[in-house]
Amino acid sequence: MSETLSPNIVKARSGLAKRLTGSDAIIIYILVAVIIVSMISVRFFASTLTVGFLSIQVIPILLIAMPMALVIISGEIDLSVASIAGLTSAVMGVLWRDSGWDIGIVILVSVLVGVVCGVFNGFLITTLGLPSLAVTIGTLALYRGLALVVIGDQKVANFPKELNTFVLSKIGTTGIPVVMIFVVIIIAFFAVLLHFTPFGRGLYALGFSKEAATFVGIRVGQAKFWLFVGTGVVSSIVGVFLTLRLASAGPDNGTGMELSVIAAVLLGGVSIFGGKGSIPGVVGGVLLIGVLTYSLRLAKVPETALIIVTGSLLVLSVVAPSIVSWARERLRLARVHRVVQQTSSSGSPHA
Amino acid sequence: MSIDTARPPVHTDHGGPLHAVRGFFRSREIPVAGALIALVIITTVINPRFLSPQSVKDLMLNATIVIILAVGQALVIITENVDLSIGSILGLVAFGTGTLFNAWPGVPIPLVFLGGMLFGAVLGAINGFLVTAAKVPALVITLGTMYIFRGILTSWAGSKQYFSGDNPKAFGNLSVDVFLGIPIITIVAIVVVIAVGIFMHSVRAGRDLYAIGSDRDAARLFGIAVGPRVLAAFVASGALTGLAGVLYTSRYNSVGALTGSGLELDVVAAVVVGGVAISGGTGTVFGAAIGAVLLSTITSSLTATRVDKFWQQAFVGMLILAAIIVDRAVSVRNARKLRVSESRDV
Amino acid sequence: MANEVQPGIEPPPPSGTPASGTPALSLTGASKTFGPVVALADGTIDLRAGEIHALVGENGAGKSTLVKILAGVHAPDGGDFEVGGVGVSFKTPADSKAAGVSVIYQEPTLFPDLTVAENIFIGRQPRNRAGLINRGEMRRMARDLFTTLGVPIDPDRIAEGLSIADQQIIEIAKAISLDAKVLVMDEPTAALSGVEVDRLFGVARGLRDKGAGILFISHRFEEVFALCDRITVMRDGRYIGVHNTADVTVPQIVKEMVGRELGALFPKVDAPVGETVLSVEGLTRLGTFRDISFEVKAGEIVALAGLVGAGRTEVVRAVFGIDRYDSGSVTLHGKALAPHNPQAAITAGIGFVPEDRRKQGLVMDLSVAKNATLTLRKALARFGLISGNRERRTAEDWSSRLQVKTGSQDYAVSTLSGGNQQKVVLAKWLATEPTLLIVDEPTRGIDVGTKSEVHRLLSDLAGRGIAIIMVSSELPEVLGMADRILVMHEGRITAELPRAEATAERVMSAATSSLEGAL
Repeated sequence: MSETLSPNIVKARSGLAKRLTGSDAIIIYILVAVIIVSMISVRFFASTLTVGFLSIQVIPILLIAMPMALVIISGEIDLSVASIAGLTSAVMGVLWRDSGWDIGIVILVSVLVGVVCGVFNGFLITTLGLPSLAVTIGTLALYRGLALVVIGDQKVANFPKELNTFVLSKIGTTGIPVVMIFVVIIIAFFAVLLHFTPFGRGLYALGFSKEAATFVGIRVGQAKFWLFVGTGVVSSIVGVFLTLRLASAGPDNGTGMELSVIAAVLLGGVSIFGGKGSIPGVVGGVLLIGVLTYSLRLAKVPETALIIVTGSLLVLSVVAPSIVSWARERLRLARVHRVVQQTSSSGSPHA
Repeated sequence: MSIDTARPPVHTDHGGPLHAVRGFFRSREIPVAGALIALVIITTVINPRFLSPQSVKDLMLNATIVIILAVGQALVIITENVDLSIGSILGLVAFGTGTLFNAWPGVPIPLVFLGGMLFGAVLGAINGFLVTAAKVPALVITLGTMYIFRGILTSWAGSKQYFSGDNPKAFGNLSVDVFLGIPIITIVAIVVVIAVGIFMHSVRAGRDLYAIGSDRDAARLFGIAVGPRVLAAFVASGALTGLAGVLYTSRYNSVGALTGSGLELDVVAAVVVGGVAISGGTGTVFGAAIGAVLLSTITSSLTATRVDKFWQQAFVGMLILAAIIVDRAVSVRNARKLRVSESRDV
Repeated sequence: MANEVQPGIEPPPPSGTPASGTPALSLTGASKTFGPVVALADGTIDLRAGEIHALVGENGAGKSTLVKILAGVHAPDGGDFEVGGVGVSFKTPADSKAAGVSVIYQEPTLFPDLTVAENIFIGRQPRNRAGLINRGEMRRMARDLFTTLGVPIDPDRIAEGLSIADQQIIEIAKAISLDAKVLVMDEPTAALSGVEVDRLFGVARGLRDKGAGILFISHRFEEVFALCDRITVMRDGRYIGVHNTADVTVPQIVKEMVGRELGALFPKVDAPVGETVLSVEGLTRLGTFRDISFEVKAGEIVALAGLVGAGRTEVVRAVFGIDRYDSGSVTLHGKALAPHNPQAAITAGIGFVPEDRRKQGLVMDLSVAKNATLTLRKALARFGLISGNRERRTAEDWSSRLQVKTGSQDYAVSTLSGGNQQKVVLAKWLATEPTLLIVDEPTRGIDVGTKSEVHRLLSDLAGRGIAIIMVSSELPEVLGMADRILVMHEGRITAELPRAEATAERVMSAATSSLEGAL
């Protein structure tokens, strides 16, 4: 039980093979398969329009999924992201309507909203040591409520036309929105942060075992604090993006998005227990839901079937590993049994 | 604790009622109930019409559905799980009720309730089965089934809606008629609270749920059937949500594809405010019910006192945070007391 | 002198014992293996009704495995098992309970949120005619139990925050209410104070006099001799012998427990002792340890010996900065070390191999390479980015130096054997090139071959001028490896023994404190 078999008994799998059969790789295979099937069987799917619509649709979830992945890998959760986006949108609308500031300053101040919200979450969770699930259910209501307080039930819609045009503009004839460049930079930032920096390496240790992390000198509280600031800032950026894309600031921008984000992150192979997951997997998860939704929509599958697909994917993605590991355990036990019987009958000592 | 062991045991013999009183004041429900009473008093002082018969009736009607949902959710949270799919379950059952009346206008009303609860129980059983069989946190599973159930509802309902006018008059009257000044559907909710409350307090299976939420591994070591009990909690939560779904159809004007969406977090919030810890093992369904009443009363209260209605949700958020901070403060204080008292032993 | 008793001697016939009792529980020749590890080779115990029977042996002698077999947690691979003269085979803890066997662990598992009374009666609460739980009755029954035990515990308080002593009493009350005929107490006194121990003994004697058979597992000889009627000794997973307490002395028992030539197994090569690396002055953490002062010099291995719960691990954790301390100071190379800051300790040159490899030492799901370099996160980074190549090269370097057996550096560390996992933990600390290495139970749960490799490695490191603090509960390891032994008892250092003066008896007596004069 506490001792595992020496590696010569466990069948060897090389590093490459492992990478090619990992759970994030599987998500990407499924994504590619879905894209290919859609291109063949769904009319109009294989076009640059697809790329454009799809990108604009998935950008908010894709963005928030990045810091969310880090938060979940570190063993916490943040349900307040969509409310932060909504609050940012509300603040931005009111500032633009009433302050007379330049739009650049308005956007900058709006993003500060996310910093403050993230700091508040981080304070409650790391300094006071409260459970993140309960705290962010609270701030989910609080931030959305503050959005209502700020802007009421009004909408502000007279943002500069150019900005809306800019958000929707494409790079040449590729159909890829210009803002995608910015999104790719953010993805790259989080990928590097998670996979190539000391900080990111520490997050896995943290998510797996707080104690193990403490023993190698990781400041657990500090690391988690910054993660919540991270989700706050990115949620604010998404708030700004949504406002400009819809050319409208309202209190309800982004409502309900938190659960879509978490669904995508988990689908992308991040373990809800913490300690496991990768950015490529999460990007795959977000795109899988996005592509599937879009192509089914194009294929005139009723809108309603789409959420069934999302939900089923999520349930499947968490249940499948349980089934696989159950099967593996059965195989392993059978093997151990054989080995033990062999060794005990031959009486040879074990190295 | 050494403080206790230092005291001779004899005095506790006639402590029965005293214990009850002491336990009552120590319980987690007291601060919530206090907040509710304070809220009602302050509101009434500012606006005396807040306690007019019609207004009180509205308060009760508004709280009814959330109370029942909170009781069901409390069962699940006490076992250290959570059910995020209740909004979707409520929607399905509510729309199902509308459909049933449409297809069979003469259906006996008790049968409708029975069918709705059965429907909810089946959906809850799906959650419970996935959670216990796959050993995956309920948060993820029920997030998934929340989408799936909602998807099924939207494909079933499409753009169709059933209006209260389509239902038999007797059914709608459940939300209008009063008995001793209390609306019928609210009486149903009160009965539910008392019944489940007694079950959780005084039935072995109910106590098992607390043991499971308190320490799952210890419960297993103890021979408590953890899997079946958790499954049962989800089924019960589903059935209660089904009941709430039927009452929803009676209470509100229309049911359709979006009925009940977004309710799940409100209900979890009510339960947490009512003193049920998200980490399981503590709290009561009475607390959860009071939490639900408090959250729904705040809305009316803010309206009555002419506070900007937009503050409502922000208040709810602050209330949730206050509830968990108070809870934490109490447990930190206890832990410190313990360390100090133990340090004398070395 | 420690090798007078040979392994495999015939057990003394149990005939001359006070044959008052009927057999309450008997286990004969039970064995249990986990994968390649033999945890129990010959588990034998003969417990009679109306006796208190001690089971003694070093850590790793197989006592815990035996207890878990009695408790129904593990099913034995072979051997005979009878309770009350009837053959049994337990599949679950519930089976064991039903057969009348109750086990009280060192740290009981109560439900923290339930009341004391409910903890005793959960699942079998008394009910009234309506089928509802009768709380008054339950409270009364609990209070009656506590009265019988002579212990005042409020049945209505919740279990959270109860002292370990009270938790154990509650477990005993539970056992009585279950009408247990056999009570197994696994090191119940490890975390108790003197008064609490007396109270527990009173309870145990009372139960014995009512005809229960009690199996008492303890490291503390004064307790064993004060309480028990007979003593069974185990070593290396085997039954060695059983004695009437009246017929034996502490040194005899210790010899049977240790039972082998010590020096040959654990070769610590003498190294030139350099200047002081670490000096600890008056370190105190209320409720845990008090006034701890010692020094460690370069090239020296200093062992912290003592019983489980004596505060050894807590001291080194505080030195390294995992836990806070209330007063005192830690100085490394003449410079004060910031309290409660592991990162500072690492930077200053301390490495720490913690006692729980799986929870504290390693991130089980990460690869060997990533685990081995987890301590070097910052050093391996260039412009803030970790270079995969350097990480791999460093990991490979250390893996080969320590001969870690793994198919690939990319394997999750959970796929390695216990011994190889421990080498990865050592590798990750050696990679930081520490000047002080703290190892807490460095060979717990690893096979004999790897064990001596670890010992050779530690000796080798000391030879290169690294100062080493070794916390260990294994007496042979302590005696074989340490240049100096600090013995702790109940949060204080009770003896400091240089290598030349250290014997098993002296360490043991200092660890149990009161027997110094008797030897």
